Amino acid sequence: MAASGRPEHQAPPEIFYNETEAAKYTSNTRMIEIQEKLSERALELLALPDDESCYVLDIGCGSGLSGDVLTEADHTWVGIDISSSMLNVAVEREVEGDLILGDMGYGLPFRPGTFDGVISISALQWLCNADKKYHSPAKRMQVFFRTLYAVMRRGSRAVFQLYPENSDQLEMLTQQAMKAGFTGGLVVDFPNSSKAKKIFLCLFCGGQSTALPKGQGTEESSSNTAQMAGRREKRQRTALKSSRNWILEKKERWRRQGRETKPDTQYTGRKRKGHHF
Amino acid sequence: MKLLTHNMLTSNIIKGVSNGFPLGIVANKVEVKDVDFNQSFVLKTLSKVDWNALRQAATQVGHGDGLPEELGEDLKENDDVLKKIHNAMLQVEVVEGELVCPETGRKFPISNGIPNMLLLEHELQ
Ligand SMILES: C[S@@+](CC[C@H](N)C(=O)[O-])C[C@H]1O[C@@H](n2cnc3c(N)ncnc32)[C@H](O)[C@@H]1O
Repeated sequence: MAASGRPEHQAPPEIFYNETEAAKYTSNTRMIEIQEKLSERALELLALPDDESCYVLDIGCGSGLSGDVLTEADHTWVGIDISSSMLNVAVEREVEGDLILGDMGYGLPFRPGTFDGVISISALQWLCNADKKYHSPAKRMQVFFRTLYAVMRRGSRAVFQLYPENSDQLEMLTQQAMKAGFTGGLVVDFPNSSKAKKIFLCLFCGGQSTALPKGQGTEESSSNTAQMAGRREKRQRTALKSSRNWILEKKERWRRQGRETKPDTQYTGRKRKGHHF
Repeated sequence: MKLLTHNMLTSNIIKGVSNGFPLGIVANKVEVKDVDFNQSFVLKTLSKVDWNALRQAATQVGHGDGLPEELGEDLKENDDVLKKIHNAMLQVEVVEGELVCPETGRKFPISNGIPNMLLLEHELQ
């Protein structure tokens, strides 16, 4: 993206995401596809417990494309966004999530420990801008991360896919997050491809010592392509639940999520009494 | 705005407000939307919900009938009550109205189902 083409340089978000821009989020299929893919990967990194409906916050939810992915996975979500045009499109699309008009830089208006997980797709870079004369990015980040930490359940994660303009922005965001008490850091998918490269800030709330998940398309990662489980694939997986393949796949998924996972051996997937993982 | 959301919202992002909960509700238009019943989600969520605030909010918007005054221990066996709670928490929606900060009286308008929690410069922390 050329620097001059960055949305953040054109207007404040509540102005940039006007009705015309918001309409693209229902009609432009390529854009929809990209947002869905990013959301699926973020949900994977979120590593919510399997087969359990959770309560999730979507920051910069826009028209609810990222939220749809949460609905698809049976989670209940609340979305917050600064653009009423985007939120009105979400209402028109009859999304399942509940919507709030708010500015993340003013703090998140929820009670402590409310959410089991937080996602944010293509929104966090906006926090690096000063759009009003009384806005200071550092101050806004501080308020944002402090309140974010408070509204999350201890032991939960927040995953942000973002488009930073430069490494200074990334550093400032990460620093402010750590100051607020988070652990974690960056996960970069396909770091060697200028086109496919995707940056995720993964934050852990509650100080558990979790290893960061691996980025896709990196040398340590065994999967070079995004292997998102589509709905059909998921159904197949359930049918084959006890097979070795299913277990390997699940363990691979857990590794991508950064969960502690036993190495695969020739015994993986063999029938044993009282064994579970 | 669902009443579950109301139960989680606070106005404590306003400078000087300490608790900001529960927000008062003025409802001018209320709708009931179908949401699939998920027993384990309702049970799990109830552990986070401030029950008095939920019951009061539901009553205030005209959907409090059949909600128990206190949550019994045998809730898990009582699908009838759980479904009423599910309805109050997730199906009842305030479409037009306002939320009111319990400490300052500051009003947050709700329109098209969306509460406006944006702040003014002098309210920022
Ligand atoms: C590229 S859109 C992505 C929307 C949605 N997450 C998706 O994946 O389709 C970025 C969104 O961030 C929102 N946003 C920007 N700055 C914000 C802020 N300070 N607070 C809340 N939302 C903000 C914009 O209004 C916009 O809807």
